[in-house]
Amino acid sequence: MTTTSPDTRQGSVPAPEVAPGLTVNGTAALLGADVTPHTTVLDWLRGRGLTGAKEGCAEGECGACAVLVARPATPGADDADGAGSATEWLAVNACLIPVAALDGQEVVTAEGLGSPDRLHPVQRELADRGGSQCGYCTPGFVCAMAAEYYRPDRAPRERDHADDPTHEDADPAEPASAPDDEHGPNGFDLHALSGNLCRCTGYRPIRDAAYALGPPGLDDAFAERRRCAPPVPRHTRLEADGARFVRPRDLAEAVALLAEHPDALVVAGSTDVGVELNLRGARPSLLVAVDRLPELRALATDGEEIVLGAALTLTEIERGLGGRVPLLAELLPQFASRLIRNGATLGGNLGTASPIGDAAPVLLALEASLVLVGPRGERTIAFADCFTGYRETVRDADELIREVRIPRPLARTTGFTKVAKRRFDDISSVSVAFALDVEGGTVTRARVGLGGVAAMPLRALATEAALEGMPWTREAVASAARVLGGEGTPVSDHRASGRYRRAMLEQSLLRLHAHHRDAGAGAGAAS
Amino acid sequence: MSALSERPASPVVGRALPHESAALHVTGQALYTDDLTPRTKDVLHAWPVQSPHAHALVTALRTDAALAVPGVVRVLTAEDVPGINDAGVKDDEPLFPREVCFVGHAVCWVLGETQEAARRGAAAVEVDYEPLPSVVTLAEAVAAESFQGAQPTVERGDVEAGLARAAYTFHGELEMAGQEHFYLETNASLATVEDDGRIFLQCSTQHPSETQEIVAHVLGVMSSDVTVQCLRMGGGFGGKEMQPHGYAAVAALGAVLTGRPVRLRLNRTQDLTMTGKRHGFHARWRAGFDGEGRLEALEATLTSDGGWSLDLSEPVLARALCHVDNAYWIPDVRVTGRVARTNKTSQTAFRGFGGPQGMLVIEDILGRCAPLLGIEPHELRRRNFYRDGQLTPYGQTITQAGHLERAWDQVTREAELERRRAAVAEFNATHEHLRRGLAVTPVKFGISFNLTAFNQAGALVHVYKDGSVLVNHGGTEMGQGLHTKMLQVAATSLGVPLERVRLAPTRTDKVPNTSATAASSGADLNGAAVKDACEQIQGRLAQVAAQRLGVPVPDVRFADGVVSGLGTTATVPWEDVVHSAYFARVQLFAAGYYRTEGLHWDSSVMRGSPFKYFAHGVAATEVEVDGFTGAYRTLRVDIVHDVGDSLSPLVDMGQIEGGFVQGAGWLTLEDLRWDESEGDQRGRLLTQSASTYKLPSFSEMPPVLTVRLLERAHEEGAVYGSKAVGEPPLMLAFSVREALRQACAAFGPEGTSVDLPSPATPEAVFWALQEAREGDVAGRGGGLVDGDVEPGAGPRPPGPDPEAPERRPESETALHELSEA
Repeated sequence: MTTTSPDTRQGSVPAPEVAPGLTVNGTAALLGADVTPHTTVLDWLRGRGLTGAKEGCAEGECGACAVLVARPATPGADDADGAGSATEWLAVNACLIPVAALDGQEVVTAEGLGSPDRLHPVQRELADRGGSQCGYCTPGFVCAMAAEYYRPDRAPRERDHADDPTHEDADPAEPASAPDDEHGPNGFDLHALSGNLCRCTGYRPIRDAAYALGPPGLDDAFAERRRCAPPVPRHTRLEADGARFVRPRDLAEAVALLAEHPDALVVAGSTDVGVELNLRGARPSLLVAVDRLPELRALATDGEEIVLGAALTLTEIERGLGGRVPLLAELLPQFASRLIRNGATLGGNLGTASPIGDAAPVLLALEASLVLVGPRGERTIAFADCFTGYRETVRDADELIREVRIPRPLARTTGFTKVAKRRFDDISSVSVAFALDVEGGTVTRARVGLGGVAAMPLRALATEAALEGMPWTREAVASAARVLGGEGTPVSDHRASGRYRRAMLEQSLLRLHAHHRDAGAGAGAAS
Repeated sequence: MSALSERPASPVVGRALPHESAALHVTGQALYTDDLTPRTKDVLHAWPVQSPHAHALVTALRTDAALAVPGVVRVLTAEDVPGINDAGVKDDEPLFPREVCFVGHAVCWVLGETQEAARRGAAAVEVDYEPLPSVVTLAEAVAAESFQGAQPTVERGDVEAGLARAAYTFHGELEMAGQEHFYLETNASLATVEDDGRIFLQCSTQHPSETQEIVAHVLGVMSSDVTVQCLRMGGGFGGKEMQPHGYAAVAALGAVLTGRPVRLRLNRTQDLTMTGKRHGFHARWRAGFDGEGRLEALEATLTSDGGWSLDLSEPVLARALCHVDNAYWIPDVRVTGRVARTNKTSQTAFRGFGGPQGMLVIEDILGRCAPLLGIEPHELRRRNFYRDGQLTPYGQTITQAGHLERAWDQVTREAELERRRAAVAEFNATHEHLRRGLAVTPVKFGISFNLTAFNQAGALVHVYKDGSVLVNHGGTEMGQGLHTKMLQVAATSLGVPLERVRLAPTRTDKVPNTSATAASSGADLNGAAVKDACEQIQGRLAQVAAQRLGVPVPDVRFADGVVSGLGTTATVPWEDVVHSAYFARVQLFAAGYYRTEGLHWDSSVMRGSPFKYFAHGVAATEVEVDGFTGAYRTLRVDIVHDVGDSLSPLVDMGQIEGGFVQGAGWLTLEDLRWDESEGDQRGRLLTQSASTYKLPSFSEMPPVLTVRLLERAHEEGAVYGSKAVGEPPLMLAFSVREALRQACAAFGPEGTSVDLPSPATPEAVFWALQEAREGDVAGRGGGLVDGDVEPGAGPRPPGPDPEAPERRPESETALHELSEA
């Protein structure tokens, strides 16, 4: 079965051209003459006097700017109440997204959720429990929390040993039905707030507010909105300040546009482009939005290859795969924050070709390939051949990343190590992905992807060679780990020293072995 | 009970209430300074031209190209300043400098019709620089003898005699990093000119009076020509005590010169690269213990990294010196301090104000020496606690030693420390790659400004004819809940329901000459001033009520909006008494005033009783460390904290928890890095964004965090028996650092002493546990007790990796020296 995106179900032809505008807190608003392709949603909202959303960092790290957007319900998500949701409220960073990208969409801010004399349940819990001190981060928390409040598949969990987080048998693999350190009894996933920073409270009262939330009420208009069709993307064209923002109707138009303007900046979730606009003063003359192109949003899990469309958001992949690729399931919760994952796409992460992007090491280990599409047609590139230098790939300027393909069968012993200062929402100093097959106590196949240890993501070829054919024993692994410690050319920077990066390479394999000591033992016993 | 501390019947203080603006916060309706911009017409936006050099002379400044950029209105330079070109009070912070002293230093400011125009204009300004030699690290500053300000010493007894007397002496070094405030709201000002030429300045400032004074001196006008209002701040933490003044002055200057409102809001990069932070410190120390582990003597030199100008570095240093003792009696002490001058941002106030840095020195000493003394760290700490009647090194008498002991015992009991220590030992014995640590640490923190003159406050309380009450006071709201507490104080003092009382934003034309809302003193000082004003009004109303009720004036009682008299069942509503009072021509408003009595401090000899009282707290923290990466998690935290009789328990709990997490951030995660190379990026802040400077997030929140307020803690010396709470809880986070140290030690043999850098990032923890695992300092504690170890014996820890960007010297391991005695 190939799951197609809800966009396609809505029909692939975007709505007819109208003056650009969006619906904010239920009221339609046109984009005025002062809006340029570089005007962010945040600046636009604040300029309209909706100053609840704040700028705290301008790079999607603090979440003070978070707002809700109505999106097609994520494939794979089951409704807790079984009523069927076509639309989902997702929280995103308003500071990163060009407002032109939300043409035709619906946005809700903290002001729209409730007012001081009619507080929304999320607002009520936060206010009553001391969840705000200075209050500056609060509207963003309210929006991020409201999105999780309205998540269709949020359902209460059975209480187990949640009262004792120091219990010694904590097993990360235990079924996700019990409340744990990161999930409340009401099913609230704390990762929903991983992109929001508070400098005052220490978070405990915010967590208590989140965990106290019940299900939305029957008369809740935001809950009701989920049952209707989501807003469709528009064929947006906005020109101002010597620059253009274009959302092509379809892939053909996008390819033609890129062929004509190879210097155009392709934008999907804008989580990287937004940082360039805000912090580095980038003012690209042409932005081409591809995130809603149906041709780039395939998700197939049952064929010879797993297909992940480049324009799927990381949230969509996370939910759509549902753990079917364990290495990705391990990676995705550690990938930035929920606010970022709601916008960021796999294609975007690969397109920026950052040497510290977390997706590349995993896809290298999975021996994935990349499908590129351009004026000369489609071509498929093995991931290992993809990166050619610092932020450089084999992709031509007029090509788009269409999808990622992961071959089956998947390796049975996998592990992803991300080394960073902070567990939620931090950039890796080192990331290592392992995909191994161990049979009869011997490593029969090893693929190891590395990030953060060279100018580009790379395969640890010497380590792979050192592992293959070796027994899966502590001694052999220690020897291969020393090889791994010598891979790449790690440098020292503000995130980590080169010495630590090398040590982490070595330790990551020791750790994999410690966690999978018995891998392949069954087969070994049988032989 | 004192008149100040006694509570009437059914007081409004003591009730657990949400923040007074909570409903506005959660709905996005609470306004902050920059939210006023879209509500103001014809605003100009300011953007700085920032120096790319750590130190250079500005030899030429050409603005023509900037003025040619569409939308650019004006470029502000030194020539435009009609008054004094200085952003501070020490004449060492030129607002428009001819000599730039750090990377990011603003040379001039561009005003534009839009922020975009101003930004493009700033990029077009041409500046010629003549680079000068720069000092970036503390080590470079010490080598170059680059110091600024006074070099005070706190001394008692004969430290050399004390060290000679000691059974065991140790020496070592500690270098601790600074900390970025990272208030979520960056610095912001909005200046407008009134019809008569007066300046009205909206500013996110903890110190409106000083903002007013500096704006006035820059403009060359009197303080009465400038009004500063602070609606509320999106966090301050000390970072808006001195730092906002210069930016406010630039906005005001722009408004005067153009006649239009000027908005100056720093974006995050600008705020990080331009404004001061917590001081990093270096400490070199020698400590002596007797045979039972009691401290005999401490000798230390503390060097703080002051950055390019003094601003608050001297008082920060004074507080550091006054807190090196933390909770411990040290018979012979000599602690000397100095402020390095470096080419960095001008480091400034930050929650704790030097106290945390001073206290970290002694806690580090105890944590490192305990294994070498063969004494459990918690036992070593407890054994050294002050007793009542003992004097601090600067001469203040300890009177509440029992508070700390009770808090310690309560944490020990309620957090089941004894059982859990055994469980941790069991866990560590049965896990190959994980170790846990469980540490408990005390806090004793002096409350009052060291400088006696700042310990005063004013308030202005209005009662209107309809009985409603409006409170003005000199303190600012930055999230700490001061306004909530002041509402509760006013309602309690007047005997009216909370709903009767409203609070107006802080303005310099309502209450003049205020002190900074700082030093945790906001509620103590302003609360007493509000109470004074309310009591004046109530005293006048009592005269009116006495006549209505037919009772003597002293027998009139006000409670919950009802006025009654002893010996009569008759009552009169508050509103009626107020109404009658107006027609009897009784004054219904009053200015309140308070100054803290009993303080004295002689900074020339660093002696006196600078503090009204001490706040106390105890925290126990359990952590788990991953031996593969050095990554760690905080599993459980138990806190008992002394807030006296709480004015507002929900607010106080928030301060305790928030302070703890912020302190844990400073000690573990937050990692300021500057480029220390000789390259062209020298002096640049490398962690100048939220993606590189990481604050604690939800992943750092302990799953179990239990906070209790110490009972029977009534404070005679403060309003309604309460104690200050803003700063002291930050230092409860020492328990996190000590737990990490103990977890690292558990990777090695028993008696391993671990030298932990600060911040203890996962990388730092990894190297510390590797060192413990390799057993470099293993077993020396046991050897010490047996007396069979030569000084300096055993392998030395590995030196710094030449490739590693070590920004601080690797501190020595606490080495056992054979006592001369």
